[in-house]
Amino acid sequence: MADTTGTADPAMIAGTEGEGIRRRDFINIAAVGAAGVGGIATLVPLISQMAPSKDVLAESSTEVDLSAIQPGQAIKAIFRKQPLFIRNLTAKEIEEANAVDAASLRDPQTLEERTKPGKENWLVTMGVCTHLGCVPLGAAEGEVKGEFGGYFCPCHGSHYDTAARIRKGPAPKNLEVPEYEFTSDTVVKIG
Amino acid sequence: MSFPWANHYTPSHPVMKWMDEKLPLPRLVYNAVGAGYPVPRNLNYMWNFGVLAGFCLMLQIVTGVILAMHYAANAGVAFASTEHIMRDVNWGWMLRYAHANGASAFFVVVYLHIFRGFYFGSYKAPREMIWLLGVVIFLLMMATAFMGYVLPWGQMSFWGAKVITGLFGAIPVVGEPIQQWLLGGFAPDNAALNRFFSLHFLLPFVIAGVVVLHIWALHIPGSSNPTGVEVKSESDTVPFHPYYTAKDGFGLGVFLLIYCAFLFFMPNQLGHPDNYIPANPLSTPAHIVPEWYFWPFYAILRAFTFDIFFIPAKLMGVLAMFAAILVWFFLPWLDNSPVRSGHYRPMFKKFFWFGLIPTMAVLFYCGGAPAEEPYVMLSQIATAYYFLHFLVVLPLVALMEKPKPLPFSITEAVLGSDDEAKLAAKS
Amino acid sequence: MNRLIASVAVGLFFVLSALAAFVSGAYTAITEPAAETVEHAFHKTPKELHLASDGPFGRFDKQQLQRGFQVYSEVCSACHSLKYVAFRDLEQLGYNEAEVKAIAASKQVPGVDPNTGEANTRPGLPTDYFPSPYPNDIAARAANNNAVPPDLSLMAKARHEGPAYVYSLLTGFTSQPKALLERFPDAKTPEGLHYNPYFANLNLAMAPPLTDGQVTFADGSPNTVDAMSKDLAAFLVWTAEPSLDKRKQTGWPVLGFLLFATVLSYLAYRNIWAEKKAKH
Repeated sequence: MADTTGTADPAMIAGTEGEGIRRRDFINIAAVGAAGVGGIATLVPLISQMAPSKDVLAESSTEVDLSAIQPGQAIKAIFRKQPLFIRNLTAKEIEEANAVDAASLRDPQTLEERTKPGKENWLVTMGVCTHLGCVPLGAAEGEVKGEFGGYFCPCHGSHYDTAARIRKGPAPKNLEVPEYEFTSDTVVKIG
Repeated sequence: MSFPWANHYTPSHPVMKWMDEKLPLPRLVYNAVGAGYPVPRNLNYMWNFGVLAGFCLMLQIVTGVILAMHYAANAGVAFASTEHIMRDVNWGWMLRYAHANGASAFFVVVYLHIFRGFYFGSYKAPREMIWLLGVVIFLLMMATAFMGYVLPWGQMSFWGAKVITGLFGAIPVVGEPIQQWLLGGFAPDNAALNRFFSLHFLLPFVIAGVVVLHIWALHIPGSSNPTGVEVKSESDTVPFHPYYTAKDGFGLGVFLLIYCAFLFFMPNQLGHPDNYIPANPLSTPAHIVPEWYFWPFYAILRAFTFDIFFIPAKLMGVLAMFAAILVWFFLPWLDNSPVRSGHYRPMFKKFFWFGLIPTMAVLFYCGGAPAEEPYVMLSQIATAYYFLHFLVVLPLVALMEKPKPLPFSITEAVLGSDDEAKLAAKS
Repeated sequence: MNRLIASVAVGLFFVLSALAAFVSGAYTAITEPAAETVEHAFHKTPKELHLASDGPFGRFDKQQLQRGFQVYSEVCSACHSLKYVAFRDLEQLGYNEAEVKAIAASKQVPGVDPNTGEANTRPGLPTDYFPSPYPNDIAARAANNNAVPPDLSLMAKARHEGPAYVYSLLTGFTSQPKALLERFPDAKTPEGLHYNPYFANLNLAMAPPLTDGQVTFADGSPNTVDAMSKDLAAFLVWTAEPSLDKRKQTGWPVLGFLLFATVLSYLAYRNIWAEKKAKH
């Protein structure tokens, strides 16, 4: 009754001739392989369902009207459910930003690189500290602007200058400038 | 317990040896559904449905957990969040249809599993505990499915919740307070929806726990088989793996083909159009029906239109509906025939094929039909036979029937002869 | 023996109760047969309707969906909302981004005045959902003879044979048949309602909404009531299930693969059992 002791290895159960074993082996392996392929394919919807859904992706562009923002003022808008800072820089602030040698900065960028040509007074950045994602102060009236007159993140003390570049504190990068364009003189479309 | 000839788990790789000493999980699997579990060699395709039911439970848990990531259990937005899943969530339509049709598939498989048990006497000693746990699983499934159907908060969801909790209102004196307690209000609303969601999430894991007990209890006497003759020797069995893993793999393939045909090409076939109308407490659908898997019991509920002495018709219907399932608990003691398999029980077989099966078909049909004649009258006759079958026919048949001769062993049934049978005959 | 008596007693209790209910029901059915209802006698099941999206191989006809959208937009949207559909979804009908933006902007959606905070309306954005023609159900009821026009997003799935039902209802308005009034003199269509044999209770608050030539299609397609109703039914199939095409496109490869895997698993199963099945 050797044949009934059974074994976990299907190959052992197949026929005795060499040819047969190989052919039968192949079918068993192919069947298990097909099950594996099916299982892996099933993972695609199970995993991708967690990615942003269509309605979330559709809301990924925002239009903002700038006509009411006076020089020296800033507003907070919402872009992709995150705060967005839009600041109308004064001539003095632009001057301060340009006075710094960009090469000496932690994240070297000039104000020019961070704004649109001819619109250097409009500084559009995410209001998300590049350290750990807190919202920096300085956009609203009366908030602390930090040692460099731009933004200040109170969570871990990151100071940003008037071009929203990191100058002091733990943040590794300048405040992110999202993709945007001026659709008219006073309207920007972000995203 | 296991048969003495069962294969022993002998890890060869050092890592597996280490694992076996610390946490012998591979050994458990090996002995439960691996090469270490000897199974009768003559199981037919009706024995595929246990594994398929387990698969369905996992399918429902996986898709359900995912749907819960996108669904909002609030009466104000539940319907809209379901549509959000269908329209905006990546593959959301597929996951929701997989879950909705998965419930139907689960019940198809479990009904076949149960009726296999009815025919082959799987509920009989020494397997009563497996059977009792199985009935518990079935009851838990019904509760889970009912609460799940409420969640999309469509018209049928709402009115289903109202009617089913209304059943408890039939209980004398305490009925109404119980109904209000179940709903957390006077009609289904946020409170009910939220608790149904919570319990609908919890119960599948309770089911999974009872399934573990069900399988544990199965491994004490081992699997039954179509002859109903107990395993006598090694030649009667084969190891579960690879023999039945291969057969169950094939069964799973066939199952998935049918299931996916529904999922991709007729996903709403088994549902009701009214559930695509948002719940409206002020307007009852013309024809309230539960999901198809409740139809036999719904037919029994509606069969009682007549006050029996001091029992009002409504209460009688509720009693009968619960009794129709509870009677399964007593089955091992109602059917006292020493022979298990219907194959060798000529009288039982006739009542099964010409009594119980047509009765169930009628109950299924009438439960889904409107509460009109002739459906109500048909379901009354069917209900009468249903109870007659379990409570009167089975005990009497067991007394009166003369069973056919059983094969000496499973091996003899399969191969036509058994060396040991010859030896036994000589002595 | 006691057990047997107990089970037979309990069994007979249920059996006799059910039979008593049967007898009383049968007696009532004979002595007071249920009166024929007008709905039962005159309600019609939907006419046959064939759409490009029918069947396992069917795909949406985008031109037809655009025409249906036009019908909804110019006619139905006066009373019916389409609240689960967003303007951005219209790209699936073959409109480009600019067209979708223009369509959205042509509809007023509820908004808030950014300066005063008062409720107002603003032109729609692609991310907005189709606005409801009424601020709430009470207003809808008041404007429509006490009947709330249902949302149409899911109509094709919310009725038996949904698309055919929509098509039949729109083309099914007629005067009450003489035979009906002869048999059921009380069933005359009430003032303000309209007879339609495809509607569940035969009389609905909606007046016939379409007339021949009402909508002019850019592609010059026929604009009879019949043609427009078909186009609208096709459009509502899409609004009810925008993923229909993708579902069927996914289904075929899945079934094909499963068939292949199942055949393989059958061969593997036969293979593994080859010796066990053989008779000695």
